[in-house]
Order: sequence, then structure tokens, then C-alpha cells
Amino acid sequence: MNETAIIRAEGLCRTYTVYEKQPGLIGSIRSLWNRKYRTVVAVDNVSFSVEPGEIVGFLGPNGAGKTTTLKMLSGLIYPSSGTASVLGFTPWERADSFRRQFSLVMGQKNQLWWDLPASDSFDLHREVYSLPKDRFQTVLGELIEMFEVSRLVRQPVRELSLGERMKMELIASLLHEPKVLLLDEPTIGLDVVAQQTIQRCLREYNRLKQATILLTSHYMRDVEALCKRVLVITNGKLVHDGPLATIVQRLGSIKQIRLQFAGESLPANIRLPESSRVQGTVVDLSVSRELVSETISRILEQHPVSDITVTDPPLEDVVARYFQETSEVPKT
Amino acid sequence: MSAVSAKPFESSGLVRALVKYLNIFKASLIERLAYRADFLLGTFLRLLPLLTTILLWKAVYHSKDEISGYSFRQVVAYLLLVHVSRMFSSMPGLASGVARDIRDGNLKRYLIQPLDLMAYLLAYRMAHKVAYIVTSLPLYSVLFYFMGSFFDIPTDPKIYGAYVLALFLGFLIGFAFELSLGMLGFWFLEISSFLYLVNTVNFFVSGHFLPLDLLDPWVAATLKMLPMQYMAYFPAALFLGKIGNWDSIIFGISVEICWCVFFFLLARFSYRLGLRRYGAYGG
Repeated sequence: MNETAIIRAEGLCRTYTVYEKQPGLIGSIRSLWNRKYRTVVAVDNVSFSVEPGEIVGFLGPNGAGKTTTLKMLSGLIYPSSGTASVLGFTPWERADSFRRQFSLVMGQKNQLWWDLPASDSFDLHREVYSLPKDRFQTVLGELIEMFEVSRLVRQPVRELSLGERMKMELIASLLHEPKVLLLDEPTIGLDVVAQQTIQRCLREYNRLKQATILLTSHYMRDVEALCKRVLVITNGKLVHDGPLATIVQRLGSIKQIRLQFAGESLPANIRLPESSRVQGTVVDLSVSRELVSETISRILEQHPVSDITVTDPPLEDVVARYFQETSEVPKT
Repeated sequence: MSAVSAKPFESSGLVRALVKYLNIFKASLIERLAYRADFLLGTFLRLLPLLTTILLWKAVYHSKDEISGYSFRQVVAYLLLVHVSRMFSSMPGLASGVARDIRDGNLKRYLIQPLDLMAYLLAYRMAHKVAYIVTSLPLYSVLFYFMGSFFDIPTDPKIYGAYVLALFLGFLIGFAFELSLGMLGFWFLEISSFLYLVNTVNFFVSGHFLPLDLLDPWVAATLKMLPMQYMAYFPAALFLGKIGNWDSIIFGISVEICWCVFFFLLARFSYRLGLRRYGAYGG
């Protein structure tokens, strides 16, 4: 393990005991005196470390253990075994000096006062973190400018759109200039424009304050835009830790070709692979990388084509395939 | 500059914490005042049943001048004063709010921010009470003005001091009691029916419904050993001179302080225990 790491997890495990109800009414009655419990391993021996100033993406399907790991790193829950240190502190001891230096933002939770303008919640934040007034004003000014929300801070939070509210949440969580930022689905449910603003602001914050960011997201765009390095977790196990490009290279041997045929309808005599999708005169093909030029030239020779685009498949598909492969490894 | 004043903050962590929660109190007061119209209406609606209760007691006193040392005037005065007691000691939504925060995972705020759940909720509740009392003050003033003839105003100024202290301690007991109940949320998924039961029982055993002295002597003596009496009966009876001499008053307030400490420790202890179980559910 590297000595300079700002976040370090060693052998983190977390198991939950869940109560398993038998189905139906009889099961409900029976479970009144005979309860069955099952142990679920949410996080299984996860170790990694993050250097100061890094932005690391945390990927994995739902229920893989991403959020549970973030909760342990932020001190919300105790691990079943293993150790972690963030900023030199053990998170679940919840020292005040630790809590002043990091932030956890969960996209599905809000912490702002609903019926009051966000600026009132920001004032409360200043009190909670005992921030000096001058510094607070400066940082708040910077953040408001960065997130472009100057017209919205005096408006009651309930009147804001989802995206605007999320920006306010992020501002609130950055007011005390955290050195470590843990983000759980920060862009969930947002439109592309709001997503991009948030990505831009996070990049800027990272650059300005040399802050370390660890984020989970369903939107691969977030990860593509922000993270050079990703951790992939499935079934509680860390299965990949390295550059995002490695995953893409390993599985990104497929290219997508979109062809727009000229004319009113598809050429009658065309032969297309089975996997292709046809919509009117637009055809989508998935072809392995080395066959791309051959395929295109073959089609261009035989048929009138008005437009061609060749793209990488969406990262979602790539990672989904990665998850499938890794979870198909036979268990011993 | 002396060595002592060189580090004013580090030498006084407690002062800094007090300033912090005082400022939180101020900020919460602003938030709570957004609901002042609702407070005013709420007070008004809560006073309405009083009218029927008074009529009921009038019927009870039809053929009697006194029951267990209470005249009709004193019972009416008691009922009004109990409203004042409850204004301080009732904590609508505190226990259920804490239980909901536990269940929905909103508790995280107190775990990741340098913020103590109990201190924050106390500052917030105080703000709530101040906002509530200030907005409903005009209504109470009018009420007490018109019902002034039911009161024998205490002449000893010390009684007023003891009364205010008893009310304030009643607020603290009510707060810590409800908070301890809310901590049950760590162990049970749904506690609203249980809270309903507790509130219903509390209505009788705290003396909210009638002066405890009117009950069988042994029932009254038992109920006066419970902490609930401080949430309604004790302050009101103190004001009406029903507690007895100064020794009894001082004893009563001392016991009240002990209950206060007990419930604060209970809430703190169950919070610590609960956090060990806490799964921070709900994303």
C-alpha cells in the first residue's frame, strides 16, 4: 500500500443479516414465531487506495456494494471486518476534525430546507461547520458562479427543478472545502445539460482545491468525463482496479456502424448480418474492429449510401458485458 | 497579548460548541417562523375542546363545592395551566421524526457533518417552541385576560421563579423522553402505533386530563412518582399552590432534575447502541 494515499481500504467486509419472509399469508403467520435469517455479504474483502487529487469512478451493477463501501468510508456504518483510513482518520470513529474535511453527497437524498431558499440552508451550514464569515462568503461566491445559480439562491428550494436542486446540494456540500468528496449517483435523474454542468463543476473543484473525488454513477458519461481510473465491483468483490481505458480495450473490440442508405427504401438485394437493426433506411451494425473497413467497403461498392458513422459502443454496454463475464466465473 | 488569549478557540471548545448551537437555534427560528400562521391556527384549534371540558366540569360541580380540595374555579384554572405545561413539554413529531430518519437513512446527516443529533434537535426544538409560544402569545393573553377571575394569583414572587423553572425542566424531560422513544426506530420498523399508545396513556398519567389529586389517593401517589407528571400536572399544581410548602416544591423540582438527567442519558445510550445496528438504508 502506498504511504501517500488519502483513502485506503484494506480487506473491508460488510455483511447484513436479513430477515427472510416466507411467501404468502401462511408464511407471514409462520414467521411470527419461526423467523429465518440469511446473511448477505454486501462487501467482500475490498482493498484499494486513492492518491490525493485523484478522481476515481466506482462502477458496478445495482446491489454490487458500491454504496455500502462509500458508507463505510464516510463513517455511516461499521464494517464487519477490515480497516479503512480516510485523511488519516478511521471514518466510523467520526472525529469532528475528520467530518470537517470531507463530504458525502447522495443523489437521492436532500439535506436542504425544503420551504426556504437555499441560501438559508447555506447559512446553517456555515454554523454547523463553524466557518469564518469572510471565507464562507468567498467560497460561496465562487461556487455560485461556478454552478451558475446566482438567480436561484433566494428562491425556496421546493420551487427549483431537480437539476437546480442537485446543484444547490453540491454547493452545500462544498462550502467547507472538503479535501475528500464521496459522491453516490450525483447526477441521477438529471438531463444531459445539468449532468454536464455538474461534471464540469466537479472537474473544476478538483483542479482548484486538489480535492480527491470518489464517485459512483449509473451514467457512464459521468465516469468517462471525470475518471481516468475506475474500480469495478460485482457481488461485493473488487474485480478491476485500473485505467478506464483497459476495460474499454479489453472489450471494446466491437465497433458500431450506422449507415444511411440513399433513396426511399433499403436496397432489395442487400445482405445484412443477423444482429443488425433496421429502421427505415437507417441500419445499425455491430462489427468487430478488424472487419470494419472491409464491411464498409463491401457495402459501399454495392449500394448507394448517403451517410456513414462509426462509433464505439456505449460504455454502458461494455461494462455490462464486463460484469457478465466476471460474474460468470465459476464459484468454488 | 497574554498566553491565554493567544488561542481563544482551542481553549474553549465548549464555548465554541455553544456558539454553534446557538447560531443553529437562530437559523432554525427563522425556518420555524415560516410556519407562524399554522402555529396560530393550531393553538386556536387546541383550545376549542377546552370549552366543552369546562362545561363538563361545571356539570360535575353542580352539587358540590369542592372535590379533593379543588374548587370549580381551581379546576378550570388547572385546565388552562395544563395547556401551558403542554405548550412546553409536548414534542409533536419528535419521536416519529427520529424513527423516520433512522428508517429512511436521513440520519446520515448527523453522522457525516460535525453535528450532534441530540444537540441539534434540542436547538431546533427550542427554536420551534420559541416560535410557537411567541406566535400564540396574543391568543393566550386574550384567553387569560377573560378567564382571570378563575385564578388566585400567587403572591410569593418565588413561586413564579419555581414555576418557570418547572416549565423549562418539563420541556427538557418532554424532549429527552420523546427522543428516547424515537430511538426505538433502530430496532423496530414501525413505531407509530406504539407512540400513539404512549401518548394516550400519557394524557391520563401526566395529569393532562384532570388534576391527579382528584384520583384515588393511592393512584395519585403512584402517578406522582412517575416522570410524566412533570409534563403537565406538576407545573400547574405548583402555580395553584397544590404542591405544598417550599420543602415539597424543592423536593419535586430536585426529582424533576433527576428524571431530566435520566432521560438524557437514556437517549444518549440508546443512540450509541442503535448506531451499532444502523445500516444507513435507503441509498
